[in-house]
Amino acid sequence: MLLGLLPFGLVVGVVSVGRGLSLAEALTMSAVVYAGSAQLLALELWSDPAPILAATLAAAVVNIRMAPMGAALAPWLDRLRGLRLWGTLATLVDHSFAMSMAEIRSGGRDAGFLLGTSLVLYFGWIVSVAAGHVLGGAVRLPPGHPLFFGGIAAFAALLVPLWRGARQDLLAWALAAALAVALHKLGLPQPLPLLGGALAGAALAAWQETRAAR
Amino acid sequence: MRSDVLLAILGMAAVTYLCRAGGYAIMRAKRPPPFLDAMLRNLPGPIFMAYVALALTRTGPAGLLGTIVVVLVQWRTGHLSASILAGIGAVWLLDLLPGLG
Repeated sequence: MLLGLLPFGLVVGVVSVGRGLSLAEALTMSAVVYAGSAQLLALELWSDPAPILAATLAAAVVNIRMAPMGAALAPWLDRLRGLRLWGTLATLVDHSFAMSMAEIRSGGRDAGFLLGTSLVLYFGWIVSVAAGHVLGGAVRLPPGHPLFFGGIAAFAALLVPLWRGARQDLLAWALAAALAVALHKLGLPQPLPLLGGALAGAALAAWQETRAAR
Repeated sequence: MRSDVLLAILGMAAVTYLCRAGGYAIMRAKRPPPFLDAMLRNLPGPIFMAYVALALTRTGPAGLLGTIVVVLVQWRTGHLSASILAGIGAVWLLDLLPGLG
């Protein structure tokens, strides 16, 4: 599981060098945001001066998927109070959620499982981003260097396991891509093309799904 | 650390924590309406699609070929590292060829 996170962290580190972030800035982001796809997406929109609103919006849209996860973990979380509850929630990520749900289903009763899994992933994340940043800085990559393709590659690879079949995903995904590119060509600033495409695609998928359920 | 960078990071951190903790705080009591629930579940695919499509408008043919390589390798092997490395390798190779990329 740590091995799956490592290449992603390395890519985030390398891309942050390309965007002019210092090691301290890249590590601060990884430590307090701690959400790989949101970080990579925000770096894609990065500009000088830093895009405060665009990065915040992008993080909100990417991470809203974690809201239902917290609700699903309620059987464990309801037994925690105060710092333990809200601290455990701060470390929630896709991997630790998936493992915790499997543990709950097989009868696990200890919420510490979620925190433990998340903390291991947390340190693995920081170390791999640091390694990527040091690597990217050491070789002084010019803009447009093939290594920066790692960011696109990571998202393209993540799409593969998300694909459920043409009937459910084809139209929604095509709409997301086409609308994002169209809004960009119309000259709208980031993150509007990205958010417009993503939200329209998700809305279409949701419409197809709720219509089919009726 | 630059203050604009720090503010962007703090903004991202604040909304990210709200997503993590707010979901538990709000949805534990009340499920969202079915359409919103379906939209939240269907967001990741379209987000990544929009990202990749926008990025490919900048990279040209080498990026498109690299993306195809990534998808094929991920599909056949299921290994994230292998597919990212294969994609970077493909783009690198195409960069070396004159007249492409």
